[in-house]
Amino acid sequence: MARFSFFGEGLPDIDLEELKGKLIVLEGTDGVGRSTHISLLKQWLENHGHAVLDTGMTRSALAGKRLKQAKEGHTLGGITMSLFYATDFADRLENEIIPALRAGFVVLTDRYIYSLMVRAIVRGADPEWMREVYGFALKPDAIFYLRLQIDDLVTRVLQSSGFDYWESGMDMHMGEDMYESFVRYQKWLLAEFDKMVDEYGFEVIDASPGIEEVFERLRTRVMQVVEQNGR
Amino acid sequence: MAGGMKMYGKHRFPGRLFVVEGIDGSGKSTQLMLLQKWLESEGYVASFSEWNSSPLVRDVTKRGKKKMMLTPMTFSLIHATDFADRTEHDIIPPLKAGAVVLADRYIYTAFARDVVRGVSRKWVRELYAFAVKPTVAFYFRTPLDVAMKRILGGRDAIKYYEAGMDLGFSEDIEESFRVFQSRIIDEYEKMVEEFGLVVIDATQSIEEQQTQVRDIVTKALEGTKRTRIRRWLDLASLAKDSRT
Repeated sequence: MARFSFFGEGLPDIDLEELKGKLIVLEGTDGVGRSTHISLLKQWLENHGHAVLDTGMTRSALAGKRLKQAKEGHTLGGITMSLFYATDFADRLENEIIPALRAGFVVLTDRYIYSLMVRAIVRGADPEWMREVYGFALKPDAIFYLRLQIDDLVTRVLQSSGFDYWESGMDMHMGEDMYESFVRYQKWLLAEFDKMVDEYGFEVIDASPGIEEVFERLRTRVMQVVEQNGR
Repeated sequence: MAGGMKMYGKHRFPGRLFVVEGIDGSGKSTQLMLLQKWLESEGYVASFSEWNSSPLVRDVTKRGKKKMMLTPMTFSLIHATDFADRTEHDIIPPLKAGAVVLADRYIYTAFARDVVRGVSRKWVRELYAFAVKPTVAFYFRTPLDVAMKRILGGRDAIKYYEAGMDLGFSEDIEESFRVFQSRIIDEYEKMVEEFGLVVIDATQSIEEQQTQVRDIVTKALEGTKRTRIRRWLDLASLAKDSRT
């Protein structure tokens, strides 16, 4: 039996039996350290002899560039943006993730359909509809959800790049200024992510300790996933 | 998207939405153009919507087609993205304002061609759940040979994706087009009942078809706003009156 399956109505012309690698997702809001951990995990896995593909959102060859421009111009409506992201995701799934899994790679992805769904849902998309649309996605082997409380999140963001227009949900006019908007928007995202924990089987990882401690936990779990056969 | 997303059939707008569907060469665009002229002459505000409208989405579609980067799935999704933009920009606002909106091809085009490309029938219907249900959807039923004659006689070369060349039916573009379009026809025929498409026999004369279309549209227009802006002919006659 194939190890992998689709959430719903899957992609045409894909033989799931051929997919041998592992698909591991890091999820979480902005500022939880996802990309840091992805690059650490990649190095560490490669040192242990595993071939790794790391990938993330809005990087597809097909739509990545235009999607960034659309975001910057914010001229597209909510449903249009949701589907633009879905197109970008499908391109990466078919042209990067699936070929890598076929070749037996460990695929580490910085966010997956969950972030895309959460962002679309807070912008008014119907959750049931989003679930159907992303029915073509592959179920991952593991989803690590790096979780920070809102106060820690604010501190992290202030320490790094500061408040960003999109990550503050400014397009939705949620507050008088970036800070107020950021807090409301991120709290909402957290609430939506929390709803997904049970439904999608997220493994919650507290991201508040130092990088070393969080990485230690991640590394142990990732190794177990990489080394286990079948599911 | 304040107020949440409405699903297919749940929209209640004062305007009217008329769409034309059919394979290439069915004459549907001509019929829609004639309908638009007539509606305007009757004083209705008729706005027009077609596929590939937003520049950003259009660029992705064009590039994907040119470089043959599209799979059945990304083909389906990029067209749905474009259609969402049409819906949010060109369709919903005028319908809210009480205008008549005319669409050359609608969700049924996507249902037909995506399913022929192997995308799940159920999934593609879910994908377009945000679409506004049309007041009337006309389907211009055309035998394949008639459509082929019209196309091969008049226009430029058939394009790669239009001919379904990505599906490998045939190395010959004309043959591939024929197979692809005949499968599209099968899908349209299945949708006539599923979605209540209004069938117009497209082998009739242009005038006969237009008369049937106008009869149906007239009935569906009851209670729709007309504009107070007069056409230039009326204005010219007004000007004449004021001079005497």
